[in-house]
Amino acid sequence: MRTLKFLLRKEFRQIFRDKAIVALIFFMPCIQLIIMPLAADYEVRNVNLAVVDHDKSSYSQKLISKVIASGYFRLQGYNASFKEAFALIESDKADLILEIPQDFERNLIREDKQKLFVAVNAINGTKANLGGSYLGTIIAAFNADIRLQLIQQPRFSAFPVIDIVANNWFNPVLNYKVFIVPGILAILVTMVGGFLTALNIVKEKEVGTIEQINVTPIKKHIFILGKLIPFWVLANIIFTIGLLLARLIYGITPVGSLFTLYIFISVYLLTVLGFGLLVSTFCDTQQQAMFIMFFFMMIFILLGGLFTSIDSMPQWAKLLTRLNPVRYMIEVMRMVILKGSSLKDVLPQLGVVSLMAVILNGWAILNYKKTN
Amino acid sequence: MEAVSVKSITKTYGKEKTLAVDNVSFSVEKGELFGLIGPDGAGKTSIFRILTTLLLADQGSSSVDGFDVVKDFKEIRNTVGYMPGRFSLYQDLTIEENLHFFATIFGTTIEANYHLIEDIYVQIEPFKKRRAGKLSGGMKQKLALCCALIHKPTTLFLDEPTTGVDPVSRKEFWEMLRRLKEQNITIIVSTPYMDEASKCDRIALIQNGKILSIDTPENIIHAYPDQLYAIKANEMYLLLKSLECYPDRLNSYAFGEYAHLTFKDYGADLTKLKGYLREKGLSGVELNAIEATIEDSFIKLLN
Repeated sequence: MRTLKFLLRKEFRQIFRDKAIVALIFFMPCIQLIIMPLAADYEVRNVNLAVVDHDKSSYSQKLISKVIASGYFRLQGYNASFKEAFALIESDKADLILEIPQDFERNLIREDKQKLFVAVNAINGTKANLGGSYLGTIIAAFNADIRLQLIQQPRFSAFPVIDIVANNWFNPVLNYKVFIVPGILAILVTMVGGFLTALNIVKEKEVGTIEQINVTPIKKHIFILGKLIPFWVLANIIFTIGLLLARLIYGITPVGSLFTLYIFISVYLLTVLGFGLLVSTFCDTQQQAMFIMFFFMMIFILLGGLFTSIDSMPQWAKLLTRLNPVRYMIEVMRMVILKGSSLKDVLPQLGVVSLMAVILNGWAILNYKKTN
Repeated sequence: MEAVSVKSITKTYGKEKTLAVDNVSFSVEKGELFGLIGPDGAGKTSIFRILTTLLLADQGSSSVDGFDVVKDFKEIRNTVGYMPGRFSLYQDLTIEENLHFFATIFGTTIEANYHLIEDIYVQIEPFKKRRAGKLSGGMKQKLALCCALIHKPTTLFLDEPTTGVDPVSRKEFWEMLRRLKEQNITIIVSTPYMDEASKCDRIALIQNGKILSIDTPENIIHAYPDQLYAIKANEMYLLLKSLECYPDRLNSYAFGEYAHLTFKDYGADLTKLKGYLREKGLSGVELNAIEATIEDSFIKLLN
């Protein structure tokens, strides 16, 4: 125990003596939490639209201005033929073409029926999809408007209509920031903790200090604990800074209890740091450790459910995400912060992460060899 | 009592089974200053790492203070002091912090064993607030020795402690070792410098993982079988070339500003050699019979 105390004192001294690392540890999360959520925007705006108006009537004008006024579209071309407009798609200047047929207004009034043509450039899947559906919604609204103008609506509908009103629970206005900030915070804590521990033991190997440590009677688990605890404390501090920033800048206050959140993060950090330490015991140089961590971090983040929903992944990927600690962290962050889940609700995740922590740290202790 | 005993240990590295230590056996008495003398890559560091429980030998057994290096590695780690060839203290900690750290992880304090390191520590004490990475080579060496001594080891392993250290500091360092020996600490030291060999009680000459000879430096010198001559002339290169072609020559090699030479027969004709060299166009020839050094013995053993 006494040895551990001195090991910890030494580690903290070394960490705080490296000014660049201290700056990185504290500024990186701040900067990323302030800037990243603004850029990682799920909402699709600035869909480039080309319009081919064969009608040039007041109705077609009205439709076009309604589309543009929505704020989601930018009119990139007002073309005379579909061919011209298609050239815009080919040169990537337009994402969507809206073609209004000749006699649009006349047929609409006379025959109560008209067709519009929408062509979507599906190279950028999300943009095309959302753009197409936005446009569909706007046209439907336009349709309702003219119906209201043309016919006097009876007090009660003559035929049954099912009107669907969706209510978004836990994030009523679909503010994407509420959704993404906890996720980014989860990833930040993972990155800082994982990388710092992964590089730490390797650094001792590279500099040669491990030789001197290995001939001392220090016990392996004490040595590993001495490496684990400082970064665990640091990562907790970063997490707290992140929560405060989320509250101050984005007004995100955890609906659930902070206690639940900290219980989970404590265990989760042990998992992440244990993983870093394990990588560290396998590598001989900091370069190796860095690349191995990059490899796993990419997988962890892409399969973590932050940017893409795990539910829509193929079956094999879904199975893989179960081995991914980041997935559980992001899940729990959203559950507790947005939904207000209690400790009981996150028990399954807590169980899995605890098991991972035991396995990874145990493996790291076994794999750290004082003799080879 | 034997402090260190090594019995036919062998160590190979990698898939190619590169032989680093080849069936090496030796023993070191308690309180002895024992030197492993040999060029780079002779296997000195491997032997040290096996004895300090950092490396497992493929074959053979060895013990330190009666503890087996494989079975009782825990006891050995408590009792030996090891100073690796490469400076391996924390460069970002100060002198004081390093010393304090190593004292505490051995469960002792600086004060408890201060008498052991006092002579050495006073020399670096004025810089105790300086980070180890910012120290000069000689000071680093002194600090490393302090850290290896702070837990009062019974046996001290010093792997090339004087490599890359200036001649004055080297001399000082050996004096420090002498004083430590008086404290009844067994010291095993390795060095590639032959001139340091004479400062040891006993030495082992080692080459390519094999021990060529183990004895006191005096005995090794006395065991030199031939009469050795130092020879000097105006042109060193031509002299060496000429000596190589001399029919009575047994061996010849450059040695500082002289060339060292041995003959096939004990009572060789020196005037004949001088005449031969003059014929080759050399002038200012100076020829003296000399005592062999450890280096000469080493070269002899290599041939």
